Amino acid sequence: MIVYILKRLFGFAVTLLIAAVVIFVLLDLLPGDPARFILGINASADALAALRLQMGLDTPALLRFSNWILGMLQGDFGMSHTQRQPVAKLILDRMAVTMPLAIIAMVVSMAVGLPLGILAARHRGKPLDTGLMVLSQAGVAVPNFWFGMLLTLLFAVTLRWLPPGGFTPWHEDGWLAMRGLILPGLALALPQAAILARVMRTALVDVAGQDYIRTARAKGMTFGEAIWRHGLRNALLPVLTILGLQFAYLIAGTIIVENVFYLPGLGRLISTAIFERDLVLVRSATIVLVLAVSVTMLLVDLAYAMVDPRLRERRP
Amino acid sequence: MISMKSLALAAAGLVLATGMSYAQSTEIRIGVALEPPALDPTAGAAEAIDVVVYQNIFEGLVRIDETGAVQPGLASAWTISDDGLTYRFTLVEGATFHDGTAFDAEDVKFTFDRLLAEDSVNAQKALYTPIETVTVIDPQTVEIALSRQDGLFLFNLGRGDAVIVAPESADNNANDPIGTGPFAFVQWDRGSRVILEQYGPYWGEKPALTKATYVFIGDTATMTSALLAGDIDGTNNFAPEALAVFEGNPQFKVLVGSTEGETILATNNAKAPFDKLVVRKAMAHAINRTDIIEGATYGYGVPIGTHFAPHNPDYLDLTNTYPYDPEAAKALLAEAGFPDGFSATLKLPPLTYARLSGQIIASEFSKIGIKLELINMDWAPWLEDVFANKDFDLTIISHVEPFDIGIYANPDYYFGYDNPEVQALNETLNATTDEAQRKVLVQQIQTIIAEDAVNGYLFELAQTGVWNAKLEGMWQNAPIEGVVLRGIHWTE
Amino acid sequence: MNWQRISAHPSLMIGLVATIIFAVLGLVSLVWTPYPIGDISIARRFMGPDMAHLLGTDHLGRDLLSLIMSGTLVSFTVGTAAVAIGIGVGVPMGLAAAMWGGPVEWVVLRISDLAFAFPSVVIAILIATLVGPGATNAVVAIGIFNIPVFARVARGGALALSSLDYLGAARLAGMGRAEIALRHLLPNIMSLIIVQGTIQLSLGILAEAGLSYIGLGTQPPATSLGLMLRDAQSLFLIHPWLSLLPGLAIVLIVVALNIAGDGLRDALDPRLRRQEVA
Repeated sequence: MIVYILKRLFGFAVTLLIAAVVIFVLLDLLPGDPARFILGINASADALAALRLQMGLDTPALLRFSNWILGMLQGDFGMSHTQRQPVAKLILDRMAVTMPLAIIAMVVSMAVGLPLGILAARHRGKPLDTGLMVLSQAGVAVPNFWFGMLLTLLFAVTLRWLPPGGFTPWHEDGWLAMRGLILPGLALALPQAAILARVMRTALVDVAGQDYIRTARAKGMTFGEAIWRHGLRNALLPVLTILGLQFAYLIAGTIIVENVFYLPGLGRLISTAIFERDLVLVRSATIVLVLAVSVTMLLVDLAYAMVDPRLRERRP
Repeated sequence: MISMKSLALAAAGLVLATGMSYAQSTEIRIGVALEPPALDPTAGAAEAIDVVVYQNIFEGLVRIDETGAVQPGLASAWTISDDGLTYRFTLVEGATFHDGTAFDAEDVKFTFDRLLAEDSVNAQKALYTPIETVTVIDPQTVEIALSRQDGLFLFNLGRGDAVIVAPESADNNANDPIGTGPFAFVQWDRGSRVILEQYGPYWGEKPALTKATYVFIGDTATMTSALLAGDIDGTNNFAPEALAVFEGNPQFKVLVGSTEGETILATNNAKAPFDKLVVRKAMAHAINRTDIIEGATYGYGVPIGTHFAPHNPDYLDLTNTYPYDPEAAKALLAEAGFPDGFSATLKLPPLTYARLSGQIIASEFSKIGIKLELINMDWAPWLEDVFANKDFDLTIISHVEPFDIGIYANPDYYFGYDNPEVQALNETLNATTDEAQRKVLVQQIQTIIAEDAVNGYLFELAQTGVWNAKLEGMWQNAPIEGVVLRGIHWTE
Repeated sequence: MNWQRISAHPSLMIGLVATIIFAVLGLVSLVWTPYPIGDISIARRFMGPDMAHLLGTDHLGRDLLSLIMSGTLVSFTVGTAAVAIGIGVGVPMGLAAAMWGGPVEWVVLRISDLAFAFPSVVIAILIATLVGPGATNAVVAIGIFNIPVFARVARGGALALSSLDYLGAARLAGMGRAEIALRHLLPNIMSLIIVQGTIQLSLGILAEAGLSYIGLGTQPPATSLGLMLRDAQSLFLIHPWLSLLPGLAIVLIVVALNIAGDGLRDALDPRLRRQEVA
């Protein structure tokens, strides 16, 4: 077990390092001069040169790369060119929005998807099952920015129950901050809930067909009891994998929803930084995103291995 | 018997209640599409910076008013020497920066020395090069000497790039702007909003508003929802395609005004076949301004025939120099040696009106045989390719600087127009301060660049603001970049 | 796979038929649309459905039916190309990982982790910034994300099969690993790949819509369902039809593909047929 964990951690570190190299090289190739972007079309050649010097754009690549990596290991993520603020602070501020949003979406999707999946499995083959599965198909198919707009029109503009977007910092008004994340959370949660419902249903139905469940039922247990006492652990495995993948996807995929609800999240930070050619910010913010996703996948794999020892040798 | 205490409490409660309801209607939340990257207007070109800080946090020696005229600012009066080379400004008394330090002539000298320094990162440094020396006569008087006469000098002093900053705070203005204006910076929640509050010790007339929040909303549909839900009280420039939502709605007012943005089909005059006047004339005849204005700006743009703002009294209507006439266009192309037309690229920056105009123009040009390939670009590559490297055939962009007709006298400018006659006229114009003479000169330039069809002159951008119907005092026109909070107030 | 098996699964039928209808609609647009999609006519903007324009016109006066047809084609093309990348690169990777194990598997898993960890939107933005936006970038960005998905499916499927006796026999008979993978494993995991392919295709169409929404996907004068949605988003309160049309199209295509995928899985994989018995 320990060996497995160590091997996995080593792989994780290698992935991160390669990711850092890829990010760095890609950004180095980006056309467009950041100084010119900041100073605009009427800037003089002196002003441009002065800014380029300030931003340290002309030092050799290898030096910049190693400075970046070493800095990050010490917690220093550099200084943003366009925003004149420490990158670490900028990223943390944005994480305070993206993380809770991903968690809210996760919780809602589980709270809605899992029970519906169990319900469908319970009544498999009957109209309720078919109906729920059709609904879940539709749920996956709706583009989330479209759905988000519809939610806003209903709950924010017409009913005025919730704000149409924007974000108040947690320390200013925690309740208002929370309310600002509900609609975007719902928009994100819909397709995830639909997927969870289907996976839960399929997993349960698979398990229900197993011999040991039939034995349990022959012994007199109801379907529910049989599943609960014998099958749930196996049914949960695929669900667990999906949950991990979904969380990873959520962290990374909030950018569109952040646009629709004008949330100051990590996704928007990265896209704005790329458009503004703020290379220091893009580098560090992207690697943080990659880190968050990789850590989630790592935890999923480790949890998976702990639940099923067979899988530590060769994973399916 | 009612005790004094309870009376006092009741009175206090009443005052508090009315005070609170009064406070409600002195705050404003304004939606803005673009978030500025930083808040120092003297170190960056983004219009978004001026939207937040110009005349709100920072002030200059003079300020530009809603009609585009120069008004006293931190300088209450000034005299100009007979030779037009020396300006003596009398400064206001008792003005302070938001950090408490006093404003005096030393700050003026500091501001311009910094602006003109070798390592200055001021985006408009070129405009201020006529300044030779800035001398402090006494704390309330400062003298600026020019190397040549400059007809636009006072106007340029009123721009956001020339606002007065203090040596104690200038370095950190990007994050924590300290100025002398009626509003002080409170906080900036990046990606979200900027909050300003009324500056109590302001030297001039107090504004009606006590607090202003700029909320950054990039998406039009979202801005629409925010306005409808009352989350913001207005926006100075709303996308024209969705204005219809607010036009009939009594809860809102739509303010349509002019800007200094000339939208042009910039043509690379240095590259074949665009170096031939005949080809450029043909393109001019193929442009249907009405369709473009209707399709790209939903009718709110104003047609222009040359590179000058139509609302300006010196404007000459040259829209009929080359009227829409596809047949004439085809004939001219044949005359130029392109009976079957030719192919070219049209590079488009990330502006909705530019991209829509591009599609329409591509369709119009295809009818006379010119096949355009549309290439959408972000700002950074556009600035690099089109603007810096002049690697383009055609592009569409709006030039929003006031009085920028001088760009036609710069042969190194990105569209490469080199006409010595225009250059001479422009030099004379810059040195002329007499209004009547300036009018004659500028109209001559307008005519020449129209007849030379240097670029396709499309339309003047309109400013289409959507505001809560109970708000008054917003600028309808935009003679300069900025959203000036000074006169805005709620009516009940 | 024969006709009887397909017709025994109504969901598969419905899904396939619906998908084929849309695909045909898209393919026809290659040779003919009621109007050319570049035909801009400002005077005829925002018209409702009438004899000249069966579905009405958009904000530039372009015929909506033509746009839907062409947009469907582009959305399908982007999704299919991205799936092709995923299969073309991912399946060999997954098979190699299963057959050779050891360091090969380790490298494949690391590449998978890498591709999973990079948010596809960020990749799309970076590519768009490097080479300009466009449908090709969408294909690459979505395709990159498909690679680890197919690698996992191929690897998982191959691992499940590799314990079968006849494979052991093949090894003993001297067959090379590559040959085994090609001749024995690949045909048997085909069904898994096809099923996953339909799912990834539907996800790809959705992803293209998302990328177009932030302006990185298909560029004008071409069109895609996602781009149509984006153009119509700000006009939603004034002309809701403009956004409902492409939105519905996306939902219908994605649902059709997913139903077909589910149905295919049921029809092709004998193990899962047990559901009906229990």
